[in-house]
Amino acid sequence: MMYAPYLARPTTVSTVMFKVLAALLPAIATSVWVFGVGVLVQLALASVTALVTEALMLRARAVPVAPFLKDGSALLTAWLLALSMPPLGVWWLIVVATAFAIVFGKQLYGGLGNNPFNPAMVGFAMAIVAFPAQMAAWGIPHGPLSALDQLGWIFARELPAHLTLDAISSATPLDYLKTHIAPDMSATQVMASPLFGHFGGAGSEWVAFAYVAGGLYLLQQKVIAWHTPVAMLGALGLIAALMHLADPWYYSGAPFHLAAGATMLAAFFIVTDPVSAPVSARGRLIFGAGVGVLVYVIRVFGGYPDAAAFSVLLMNIATPLIDRYTRPPSFGAANRKRKEKSR
Amino acid sequence: MNILLTALGVMAVLAILLGAILGFASVRFRVDADPLVDQIDAILPQTQCGQCGHPGCRPYAEAIASGEADINQCPPGGEDGIRKLAELLGVDFKPFDGDAAEPKPKSVARIDEATCIGCTLCIQACPVDAIVGAAKQMHTVIESECTGCELCLAPCPVDCIRMVPLGTSVETWKWRYPVIPIRTIKA
Amino acid sequence: MRQLYRFHGGIHPPEFKELSNGTPIVSPPLPARLVVPVSQHLGAPAKPCVAVGEAVLKGQLIACADGRVSAAVHAPTSGRVVAVGEADVAHPSGLLQTCISIETDGLDAWIEKTPLPNWQEADNETVRAFLRDMGVVGQGGAVFPTALKLGVSHLDTLIVNGAECEPFISCDDRLMRERAQEIVEGVRIAGTLTGAREMLIGVEDNKPEAIAALTAACAGTPIEVVSVPTLYPSGGAKQLIRILTGKEVPHGMRSTDFGVQCFNVGTLYSLKRAIVDGEPVISRIVTLTGELERCGNAEVLLGTPVEHLLAWAGVNTRCDGVIVGGPMMGFPLESRVAGVGKAVNCLIARSDTLLPPRPPAMPCIRCGACADACPAQLQPMELYWHAKAREFGPAQEANLFDCIECGACSYVCPSQLPLVDFYKFAKDEIWAAERDKKAADRARARHEFRQFRIERDKTEKAERLAARAATPAPAATPDAAKADAIRAAMAKAAERKADVAPPTEDAKRAAIKAAMARAAAKKAEQQDAGTPPKPALDDAKRAAIEAAMARAAAKKAEQQGTATSEAEAVPAPAPKPAIDDTKRAAIEAAMARAAAKKAEQQSTATSEAEAVPASAPKPAIDDAKRAAIEAAMARAAARKAEQQGAAAAEAEAAPAPAPKPAIDDAKRAAIEAAMARAAAKKAEREAQKGQDPQP
Ligand code: SF4
Ligand code: SF4
Ligand code: SF4
Ligand code: SF4
Repeated sequence: MMYAPYLARPTTVSTVMFKVLAALLPAIATSVWVFGVGVLVQLALASVTALVTEALMLRARAVPVAPFLKDGSALLTAWLLALSMPPLGVWWLIVVATAFAIVFGKQLYGGLGNNPFNPAMVGFAMAIVAFPAQMAAWGIPHGPLSALDQLGWIFARELPAHLTLDAISSATPLDYLKTHIAPDMSATQVMASPLFGHFGGAGSEWVAFAYVAGGLYLLQQKVIAWHTPVAMLGALGLIAALMHLADPWYYSGAPFHLAAGATMLAAFFIVTDPVSAPVSARGRLIFGAGVGVLVYVIRVFGGYPDAAAFSVLLMNIATPLIDRYTRPPSFGAANRKRKEKSR
Repeated sequence: MNILLTALGVMAVLAILLGAILGFASVRFRVDADPLVDQIDAILPQTQCGQCGHPGCRPYAEAIASGEADINQCPPGGEDGIRKLAELLGVDFKPFDGDAAEPKPKSVARIDEATCIGCTLCIQACPVDAIVGAAKQMHTVIESECTGCELCLAPCPVDCIRMVPLGTSVETWKWRYPVIPIRTIKA
Repeated sequence: MRQLYRFHGGIHPPEFKELSNGTPIVSPPLPARLVVPVSQHLGAPAKPCVAVGEAVLKGQLIACADGRVSAAVHAPTSGRVVAVGEADVAHPSGLLQTCISIETDGLDAWIEKTPLPNWQEADNETVRAFLRDMGVVGQGGAVFPTALKLGVSHLDTLIVNGAECEPFISCDDRLMRERAQEIVEGVRIAGTLTGAREMLIGVEDNKPEAIAALTAACAGTPIEVVSVPTLYPSGGAKQLIRILTGKEVPHGMRSTDFGVQCFNVGTLYSLKRAIVDGEPVISRIVTLTGELERCGNAEVLLGTPVEHLLAWAGVNTRCDGVIVGGPMMGFPLESRVAGVGKAVNCLIARSDTLLPPRPPAMPCIRCGACADACPAQLQPMELYWHAKAREFGPAQEANLFDCIECGACSYVCPSQLPLVDFYKFAKDEIWAAERDKKAADRARARHEFRQFRIERDKTEKAERLAARAATPAPAATPDAAKADAIRAAMAKAAERKADVAPPTEDAKRAAIKAAMARAAAKKAEQQDAGTPPKPALDDAKRAAIEAAMARAAAKKAEQQGTATSEAEAVPAPAPKPAIDDTKRAAIEAAMARAAAKKAEQQSTATSEAEAVPASAPKPAIDDAKRAAIEAAMARAAARKAEQQGAAAAEAEAAPAPAPKPAIDDAKRAAIEAAMARAAAKKAEREAQKGQDPQP
């Protein structure tokens, strides 16, 4: 017979994971609306790869397969990765990245709960380092390709005769800003390009809003804690605003940085991944703020256009340290210390 | 030439500086660790049974410290003890030799007081003075002090000492290591 | 409205209280046999004081408190004692413990009740001894002897715990509803005894009837009934103190350090019954719930077998096990014949429909839900990782022992981990390691002393040999006294012979020789006594001096013995130095001394023998090691004295065992005291025997 407690909340790991997956649905819908069915293709490829790899790895590790496949964590990794990759990327790119994420980001560390790094970000970082060209070509929002053409492009790299590569893809706003800013071209002028939409990128800013909506749902469901997203967005916004104040010519303002790229995805879905983030409230604040600062620094001063992945991975390294030094005082610890001192 | 001298000078200054820092640190932050023998002795179970081939735990600790003895010679310490020694000394764990005595459940000696002839031989054998009695008097073992070393068994001329295993009582009972049924049992 | 404080975390598990809280408290029929455990409280088990076959009356003392941290046990009904021995008890281990089995006679005849009507005048000490002997212990679950918690004179706040936060349990609820008056009386008594400035009864707001009943009963008294928000585990003492006063009592400190003391309502009810009505604790309210035909609360006689209660309440077929206590902190009952003890507040007949088994556990995903729920503000996942990896040091650093085992963390864990299980495992391992380490330290000290003693004896011998080599006179002896004594005796015989016969050259020479021998012996002895105490360990030095003194005394005794051919007794009871209980040690020392004195007196009365108390009772120090060394040294001295005494061919002395430092086990101490006494008696007998043959 089991031991106490005999009562338990029915929440399980799968419940948690599937809630997160559900929270991604608005963003997926918006993405499909903006970028086309290519997004769905990427998601499907990633999901299948993730599940197959996970099953094979579990089998190889002689761990029961079914419960761990059902927990939804592999699926979540796949979705997060698919959403951060270019929607019209070539098919093998996402497959390789996902497999890498599952094998090297998760299973080799011991699977669920034991991975020090966020697996999706491991996959993304690998892709951007190994295949920078493929990763740079993002689809144009509301581009000219039909659904079928998108499939053809993803799987066979075949374009309809009347279209060229430039017509269907472009740099991301972050990339564009980085490459076009110059002494005779201010950030404001660069951002006048239609590519930038209202805040952070035509189309993609709507996706960002969808992430926020999903994040709010997760907060409401108490699946994630407010500390990490708030700290990350706060730190990023603050540092962007300060830099903008200091030199508006070179540095774009806070709204752009908050809305652009993968900021919102990272804030609500990546840094909130419990396994690779610190556990205490203070730790999460530090972790989130660290990611926010690193994102800004890498975006603006570093060599890569977007920085969420590297920032998260760097802060993941610091997680054990943060955990160690932010352990909250236990009940009455202050009193105990006072007494010890008075003795 | 000048450059060479400068470089040498810089190096020398650096060396002196760092040396001073290191020296200061070694004085200022010195950890007064127990001598190794004490640390080893603290791990040994103090049964003082001599099964390790040394006349007591401390001699064995000394032998380990000087590298003369292996760490897997003490049956009363069990594998746990070997593990702790291995950790302390930074060596690999090694199981008991095939022919070494196996660890036994903790027991204490008990004297059959009716048979005892009061020869005091067991008193002389007991490494921790856990037997009381006097010549021609009945002897008895102070259970709480008996380490279960069995050294008193052999000298007794009338074989009236027995080892009694100490069972678990409600006070000494331990919660077992939890087993998590992670594997779903297939029907 | 009083300001209430929040504690961190907490959970809202389903309550299931309505199963059992709707019906009044009833009394189950008398079982044929009661199995009353003697250890129903924290601390030393009570000592049975009835014999098998003895007839007992309801309320009669059947096991008396053993030491300070203990409580008495009484016969729950009248009948006959049929067994005193190991029997099943309600303990998670399923191990047996001493129980007193009583065959009930159905008369339920009370012994004369002995209330303490003048408790207001009696001093605190008397009242506490009274409560201990009435078996009053905490009924919230920890069963800590109540007497010990009353040893304070000026409390800021007396808190009465009526929160009863655990699901299923409703015994306190019913008690408060039905016997509010008596509870309030108990609160008043406890308040007076502890000099409380303020008395608060905290009740969770899911028990409005209980709050109403208590409020009515408290009208006109300074006692205040406070409704606290329902949140598990607000019924934990520390949590309730925090809610009501805002004070956080950390682990390892007493709440009285903060001017607060907390009692369960059931405890104060039984306290009132004891003091005012003179009824010892022989029953308690138990919630019977779960898969039963008739759930409810029963006033159960202690020792009633669980089986009997279940049968009476009509256990239905779905039931596949019994949980003792609540579903959050309870444990599965191993044997249904076990008797109900003072800690058993609830029995749940469980089934998979009532309490579905948990889904299979997954690895911890570090979600932090457990930390959010933990009322002790711990990081339960950290404790779990360490406990799982058997890293007990880091687990302790993560404040494992602050955990109150409430189960809130496990309740919320999405990975469905049995977290508390791991904490209990780790705690028990740490305690066991602590015990082993203490034992090892003691063994080391004793062994080291033994080495030292052997070494010392060797050097002494060597010195004596050297001394003999130095003096031209016939040996002052390796086993100095022995040889000397023999020689002296021979000389004396010669003298005597000389007395009879006219003095001859021979006799003269013999006399001279004898005189010389005696002188040499004396010199040797002087040298021996005069040798400075050997360089010794710091602590051993004093002991060595004492040993030397003892030795000198022994030698003196021996001389006298030789001269007068009298018996010699060497009782050497070395009082047990107690580790942490100086008082007990002092008492025992006094006892030992008394025994020694008695033996000595008697032997002096029958002869001129001299008793040599080998060591003065040393003030007990709290350093176990030193104590052990000293005790052993004293014993060594005694043994030596004995040897020398024996050498005088005179009566034999039995050295009293130098009993070990009493750890914290009063029982053992008592046994040893008895042994010391026996030895003293034996010595005395020997002394007599030795003296008898003499005219
Ligand atoms: S074998 Fe016996 S004597 Fe040797 S270290 Fe172990 S307990 Fe001590
Ligand atoms: S060795 Fe045996 S007979 Fe001799 S004293 Fe000890 S127990 Fe008694
Ligand atoms: S609630 Fe469970 S899964 Fe979450 S951190 Fe705590 S132990 Fe881990
Ligand atoms: S069982 Fe311990 S760790 Fe878990 S919530 Fe309760 S106090 Fe905290």
